Amino acid sequence: MPADEVKSGVRFEHVSVSFEGTPALKDLSFEVPEGEARIILGAASSGKTVLLKTAIGLVRPDSGSVYLLGKDITRMAERELFEVRSKVGMLFQESALFDSLTIEENVAYPLINHKAVQCPAEDVEKRVKEALHFVELDQTLARFPSELSGGMRRRAAIARAVVTGPPLLLYDSPTAGLDPITAHTIMALIIKERDLANTTTLIVTHRYQDGLLMANFRYNPDNGQLVPARENGHRPQILTKFMVMRDGQMVFEGTEAELEAVNDPYISKFRKQGGG
Amino acid sequence: MPRFLVGIILSIQEFYILTGAALRNVFRKPHYSDDIILQMDSIGVGSLLIVVLVGFFTGATMTMQLARALAQWGQQGQVGTAVAITLVRELGPALTALLVAGRNSSGIASELGSMKVTEQIDAMRALGTDPIQKLVTPRLIATCVMLPLLTIIADFVGLFGGYLIAANLVDVPGSVYWSTAWRALVWVDVAQGLLKPFVFAFVVALVGCYYGLRATGGTQGVGRATTQAVVMASVLIFLLTVFLTRIFTSHLVSSS
Repeated sequence: MPADEVKSGVRFEHVSVSFEGTPALKDLSFEVPEGEARIILGAASSGKTVLLKTAIGLVRPDSGSVYLLGKDITRMAERELFEVRSKVGMLFQESALFDSLTIEENVAYPLINHKAVQCPAEDVEKRVKEALHFVELDQTLARFPSELSGGMRRRAAIARAVVTGPPLLLYDSPTAGLDPITAHTIMALIIKERDLANTTTLIVTHRYQDGLLMANFRYNPDNGQLVPARENGHRPQILTKFMVMRDGQMVFEGTEAELEAVNDPYISKFRKQGGG
Repeated sequence: MPRFLVGIILSIQEFYILTGAALRNVFRKPHYSDDIILQMDSIGVGSLLIVVLVGFFTGATMTMQLARALAQWGQQGQVGTAVAITLVRELGPALTALLVAGRNSSGIASELGSMKVTEQIDAMRALGTDPIQKLVTPRLIATCVMLPLLTIIADFVGLFGGYLIAANLVDVPGSVYWSTAWRALVWVDVAQGLLKPFVFAFVVALVGCYYGLRATGGTQGVGRATTQAVVMASVLIFLLTVFLTRIFTSHLVSSS
């Protein structure tokens, strides 16, 4: 790949993916540089989830190239992929916690199973507790996923995604199916992770307000709250860009201001729904 | 080529790839020995009661029917021979495999299917584990160890059921029953009786895993995968029974 000044977190070059003849992504090209947050909006079955799964090699493209953290993963063998994936945290749509394992075992899973992470056995418990403390689920270690509410499961899954301290995080519909208050809590956690660990973040969502939170708020470590980002000169410009997907194609890419200015009815639909 | 034919060929290809990967992983690290023991418990110990029950009643029923048939030629005393040969060569392996298929191919398909549709299989891959290594290979190893053992138990319990009937209802002395049964068996029968369950173990474990891992479409898809797994495993067991028996009998014919 060409020597970029800013290293890319995720880069797609003319990527097409189809399932049994039905196209899911069509000639998709984009780049998310390291340190940027990218909000991927789109209606149901517009290819958002496939995009994230293609980005970490869970789905192989029919054509085109996929780069993850600067490495071409398009034709990488599954065993080689494990090393790259150890630097990526992913939150799945329905949390995808392992039913047969406790929350503690779930969060410890990447520490134990990712060879590249190399976490000494005696540190596992400490790091699991830290990760669960981060998502404010300290009391759930011995419980099973089925015993938790949807929002708590989502938080446990975030703990599992961030426990290895990955520089890149992919969130698949983190707020889907949650009530507005829980959805806000989840977004606050995502922003907290972004601001405390400086992670590159890709969020797939159909809620515009999730993107607005990412773009305009920052985590205040003093009181643990989200505060407007432009206040007191903090983070004058958070690198948050938006992308809109439709039928496997990208129909918009740009900043919040650019998105606000677009008149296309499909794109403005998300804006109206966000109420802002 | 017609669409359904392409589908069938693709499925066979996928099944072979899964089989190859599962076998390769037997010799590759990491080995999930905890999972293997857990599966041995679930597949082996879990199936014990039903296998014993069915084995016992099969032996008992066979003895009653065969004794009646043999009585026509005054050969009632040979009932042990007939029961031993049929049980050890055919019915023991086939019935045990069918029972375990009904119990475990379905169990494996529904468990893996649920994991597939809730993205747990994807999560596993994203978190550094090969799902075939972690889920398929332990189930294959566990079934390959347990099914032959279950078959031996079924054979023995079946012979015992036959003995109870022979001694109490058919008036064949127990010692005659056991000695005829024992003499009827040659090494090839025992080899046949143990090779078959080993082959069936591949069918039971891999068909369950195959349908589970390709489940799509929510809970309905899991139900479909479970049904397909049981049907396909049962059909394959019957087909392979005929196929393997043919191989063994031709060997006997040519060697005699």
